[in-house]
Amino acid sequence: MGEADVIPLHGPGGRPRPRPTPRRRSLTPPPVETPPEPPVAEEPPPANLPVPAAPSELERTVTEVAAFLRRRLAGRYTVDEFGFDPDLNENVILPTLRPLYERWFRVETIGVENVPAEGGALLVANHSGTLPLDALMTVVATHDDLPTPRNLRMLAADLVFGLPGAGALARKAGHTLACNPDAEALLGDGELVGVWPEGFKGIGKAYADRYKLQRFGRGGFVSAALRTGVPIIPCSIVGAEEIYPKIGDLGPLARLLGVPYFPITPTWPLLGPLGLVPLPSKWYIEFGEPIRTDEFEPGAADDPMLVFNLTDQVRENIQQTLYRLLSGRRNAFLG
Amino acid sequence: MPPSVVLVTGVSRQLGGDLAARLAADPSIDRVLGVDTTPPSRDMRRRMGRAEFVRVDIRNPLIGKVISTAKVDTVVHASLSGHPSASGGRSMMMEMNVIGTMQLLAACQKSDTVGRLVVRSTTSVYGASKRDPATFTEATEPKALPPGGYAKDAVEIEGYVRSFSRRRPDIPVTTLRFVNFIGPRADTAFAHYFSLPVVPMVLGFDARVQLLHHEDAVAVLERATTNDLPGVFNVGADGVLMLSQAIRRAGRVALPIPEPLVPWVGRITRRARLVDFSPEQMRLLNYGRVVDTTKLKTEFGFEPRWTTVQAFDDFVAGRALRPVVDTDRIVNVGESVVRGAAHYLPGHRGAAVQLEAAPDQPALAPVR
Repeated sequence: MGEADVIPLHGPGGRPRPRPTPRRRSLTPPPVETPPEPPVAEEPPPANLPVPAAPSELERTVTEVAAFLRRRLAGRYTVDEFGFDPDLNENVILPTLRPLYERWFRVETIGVENVPAEGGALLVANHSGTLPLDALMTVVATHDDLPTPRNLRMLAADLVFGLPGAGALARKAGHTLACNPDAEALLGDGELVGVWPEGFKGIGKAYADRYKLQRFGRGGFVSAALRTGVPIIPCSIVGAEEIYPKIGDLGPLARLLGVPYFPITPTWPLLGPLGLVPLPSKWYIEFGEPIRTDEFEPGAADDPMLVFNLTDQVRENIQQTLYRLLSGRRNAFLG
Repeated sequence: MPPSVVLVTGVSRQLGGDLAARLAADPSIDRVLGVDTTPPSRDMRRRMGRAEFVRVDIRNPLIGKVISTAKVDTVVHASLSGHPSASGGRSMMMEMNVIGTMQLLAACQKSDTVGRLVVRSTTSVYGASKRDPATFTEATEPKALPPGGYAKDAVEIEGYVRSFSRRRPDIPVTTLRFVNFIGPRADTAFAHYFSLPVVPMVLGFDARVQLLHHEDAVAVLERATTNDLPGVFNVGADGVLMLSQAIRRAGRVALPIPEPLVPWVGRITRRARLVDFSPEQMRLLNYGRVVDTTKLKTEFGFEPRWTTVQAFDDFVAGRALRPVVDTDRIVNVGESVVRGAAHYLPGHRGAAVQLEAAPDQPALAPVR
């Protein structure tokens, strides 16, 4: 009789790390663009003047918000050529996502030390959940839970950039179209790039197929990583499958609207707008060990066999991690 | 090898005129011939100095005679126009752009004196769509070919230029794809657009805008005229402004317009002679366009003096655009109102008083 298979419940990252207490986040001014103040000769304050009381937190907040509004309304901030607006991202977009991340999904991150603190890296993750909330939560995870906050630059489908509102917002949050020139440009600039290679097949899969990885595109992300020599970080997200359990699909309506699928969930479209509220599942995001790509000889990106093998390796890695995380989870909502 | 006789087309318009003026100021160039269908303005003529103006339509074979009699050795084709109403309607603009280029290239091909050709093109040849990468390099194929108008003219012109260089491989051809110009003196559609008190933009879209200072544009053309730098080059300044950001920097008020209504608004502003945007240029307001200028810096050897933001600020300062709404003042008023209201919050005032009374005490718990 052989021994029972032992499935390690927790990866090399150890037990799920308790979430660090949320730091007090203040409105940070943009790194550049503020015109240099003329140097003021420092004078010691006259002794007989009353010492001004320390500003209360409320006053500080008012000052910060007013400074932020002035900056925004005068257009005194910088964007990069992708349209990334760090000032808006830091002060509006991330704070909007944070309650969802901290309170609603109670995301736990594992293996944050696997994400390099600087330099280009390609984060590859599984996609699920009907709406790309998993991508947005990963953005918060890579900003808040890493020892040094990083801005995850995601590669998104062209559908996003054609949508009024969403497209402009995605650009401002630093995301760009999933295409090799953009991926290589970002990786070459030393950015942390996020890619969801399953695409619509992954995010729009039925609830019955949850946590079964779909095909990983055509391996375009691997060749981008090979060309720039950056590590690939497999990222496994557990919990996102349960937020909108897709039990049906209105294909004709989807075609009419020009979207890949029109989901039916237990609450949507039955309850109307209320059906848009995601179910509060408990999430785990595990960053796996980086897979190096700088050891291959130049020209490896043009070797389809190698690209397919690497793609498979990353996919297998994520699938195994998903199974491991799932076996350690007792309840989808309580964790 | 510096040129001795230069022919510049489109000299009655700003870019061509300014280039002719620059070349005329260069003593190493013997003659500068300016060609256009309408004579340049008095001010332009004064600045052009010793440059000679020849009133000839480049669609007419006469242009060949001008080139051969003057022994022109460098032709700068700068007359590409994107303003339908300034060129006498869309069909007239297409005539001037495409047929004019064909005639000019035919004349150059026949000539045995022409030894350099510089063609002004535009980054509109890349189109603008949601499927495009964030930045275009010279090798990027457009995802959707521009459907018509100005951009299509430019695509066709570039096609004729390519076949010209196949037939006359001995003549180095420089094709310069310019982004939109801006500057205190720039008389372009973009300058008019940002001078409107209320600036229409597409609802839910915010284009990335890359600009080029007018002076930099002239300098690039001058460098291409006086040096052999064959190839296709993107010409744009460093950095990017968001459309909404640019509108704010100019102190204008943005007016978001739902996408289906955009062509109508475009038509109205065109009719009213406010902004001469051709319909396909309006698409630029959706997605914007940014080009990679690495090749310009390395191979062409030109570093734009103004960044996009600096060029735009120079335009705002030079035009003395006054903010339509004083946003700083609104924020100041709002801030003082909130501060004033905060004083009446229960506990807040007391806390401040206590702090004043006992400054050595550790700070009290903040009251929100």
